[in-house]
Amino acid sequence: MTDLPRTPPRFSATFTPAVNAEIRRAAASGIYDIRGGGTKRHLPHFDDLLFLGASISRYPLEGYREKCATDVWLGTRFARKPIHLDIPVTIAGMSFGALSGPAKEALGRGATMAGTSTTTGDGGMTEEERGHSRTLVYQYLPSRYGMNPDDLRRADAIEVVVGQGAKPGGGGMLLGQKISDRVAEMRNLPKGIDQRSACRHPDWTGPDDLEIKIMELREITDWEKPIYVKVGGARPYYDTALAVKSGADVVVVDGMQGGTAATQDVFIEHVGMPILACIPQAVKALQDLGMHRKVQLIVSGGIRSGADVAKALALGADAVAIGTAALIALGDNDPKWEQEYRKLGTTADAYDDWHEGRDPAGITTQDPELYGRFDPILGGRRLKNYLKVMTLEAQTIARACGKSHLHNLEPEDLCALTIEAAAMAGVPIAGTSWIPGRNGF
Amino acid sequence: MQTFDLGAEGLRALNAALHALKGQTNMTSWEVVNPRGAHAIAAGVDAPVDITVRGSTGYYCAGMNKLATIRVKGSAGPGVAENMMSGTVVIEGDASQYAGATGRGGLLVIKGNASSRCAISMKGIDIVVHGSVGHMSAFMAQSGNLVVLGDAGEALGDSLYEARLFVRGRVTSLGADCIEKEMRAEHFAALEDLLRRGEADAKARPEEFRRYGSARKLYTFNIDNASSY
Repeated sequence: MTDLPRTPPRFSATFTPAVNAEIRRAAASGIYDIRGGGTKRHLPHFDDLLFLGASISRYPLEGYREKCATDVWLGTRFARKPIHLDIPVTIAGMSFGALSGPAKEALGRGATMAGTSTTTGDGGMTEEERGHSRTLVYQYLPSRYGMNPDDLRRADAIEVVVGQGAKPGGGGMLLGQKISDRVAEMRNLPKGIDQRSACRHPDWTGPDDLEIKIMELREITDWEKPIYVKVGGARPYYDTALAVKSGADVVVVDGMQGGTAATQDVFIEHVGMPILACIPQAVKALQDLGMHRKVQLIVSGGIRSGADVAKALALGADAVAIGTAALIALGDNDPKWEQEYRKLGTTADAYDDWHEGRDPAGITTQDPELYGRFDPILGGRRLKNYLKVMTLEAQTIARACGKSHLHNLEPEDLCALTIEAAAMAGVPIAGTSWIPGRNGF
Repeated sequence: MQTFDLGAEGLRALNAALHALKGQTNMTSWEVVNPRGAHAIAAGVDAPVDITVRGSTGYYCAGMNKLATIRVKGSAGPGVAENMMSGTVVIEGDASQYAGATGRGGLLVIKGNASSRCAISMKGIDIVVHGSVGHMSAFMAQSGNLVVLGDAGEALGDSLYEARLFVRGRVTSLGADCIEKEMRAEHFAALEDLLRRGEADAKARPEEFRRYGSARKLYTFNIDNASSY
């Protein structure tokens, strides 16, 4: 009897070991899982697009010899002092509180050396980042932590944050372990509490109010500063149109791959749309209003390489923003800290408990011993290198497509590898002229 | 006295003139006529000057005010004195929603009633309302004082932090984590000072008020409190 073949153990595709582990964790703890980062699920993404390049029907530019420009203007619609960046890759908003002071300094250093901007977050403006950032975007968030007219005026642009891709419709979260004395003072909160900031702005509701709010911010800053409106990837066509109607100079659309310092895993994984689905809708809204390139579009969420930059721009964005990738460039999740990740019950490249403030790399922490490990000068150099590489990669692709400026990339330079990506991006399946959803098919 | 005709010269010219006042100036007295409910009147002022608006204002009058004393001889639209840093703003009439939202300092006085969400997310400002306040007032209020001589609507002080709320009249209901607290000697003293500065000392006495504050049960998330949210 014992020699009979046995049916091998078979795992459920529905109740996978990971699903079961989460059920057990929930049953034992009574609370949902909180973590940092963006979605970890597989999604249609830029990897599902390819550039066609040039051959006989298109004429390429010579690599290293013929110029392929990369600069971008932001805020040309109404602002008296629009921003001019050397590269179309910006640093997304990340709060002091979520990140350490030295990490914010490194972002400023790296962005400045690479000729781009960095952005504050839900904790107000720190001297570290203002002092080290040539171009700093100041976020105007529902919580208004640290908000004041002096910082508004010393910012180079203002970003009204309506939502973010990791949690469209959700507010901020910073748990007690990271509310240090300095963070508590900046946010005017008791030390050590779990801070859950609002998901709606306290003094405006809807696009008609937003228009007046933007006008107030322009008045306070004497119409100098470009005003961005940032939305999570929820309904990008309508949100972009309403942001334009409200008077935005720049619209920022953040897909669900965009990271957060902390929120519920269920929120990160189940709310929002991938950035690939968002860009064409946002671009169409701008085109329908006759505002494409007049109101600039920044997109973010899962941008990792120059190829991603080139694809986002080819779909019609003016610039991209990176957050998670910038943290990895600084040293987040580096395998050199593997022993310490193991002690935290995780491993390098999977560590996402940023809310706990025990980051071995010293980036997502307020613990002086941990952030003392992080060298902001070295971190800044690493970020600068990474931004330069992304730019070179995007230029390489653009030249191969015969473009003398990254902004000359266009959807016609792309094809898709999957039906899903083709439908979302609005480009044909490779080797065909079929764009799913177009012309009744 | 500088008299500025908003109807004739426009908002941008007004705010540009007010923003040009840096530090000490002898142009300390301003009068704005024909406001006609315009938005963002005297927003972003940063000088110790007196500004009187002769009429009612739209959204965000005196937004982010620093140092100035701004008096509205009429009613104010939504978000009056939002994120005020310092100085004094006095509304002779009523105020719409979000009065004093996220204010970080200074004093806001509303001689009439204030609508919903008065003092929302306040961060250090003092607000004295001679009349009543609407629902969800002092929502997520972080610090500062809200004094209401009349009644308060539903869900007063929902999810508040360390702000102190003083209400003389009836409170329709308290929001999550907001409880009545004992009035101690320091509270009577603080309230007396607030009533005096709020031009309300002839209308009410400190002993007529009740104090409300945070039970601090929601400061650290506990699943057993989930039904409170």
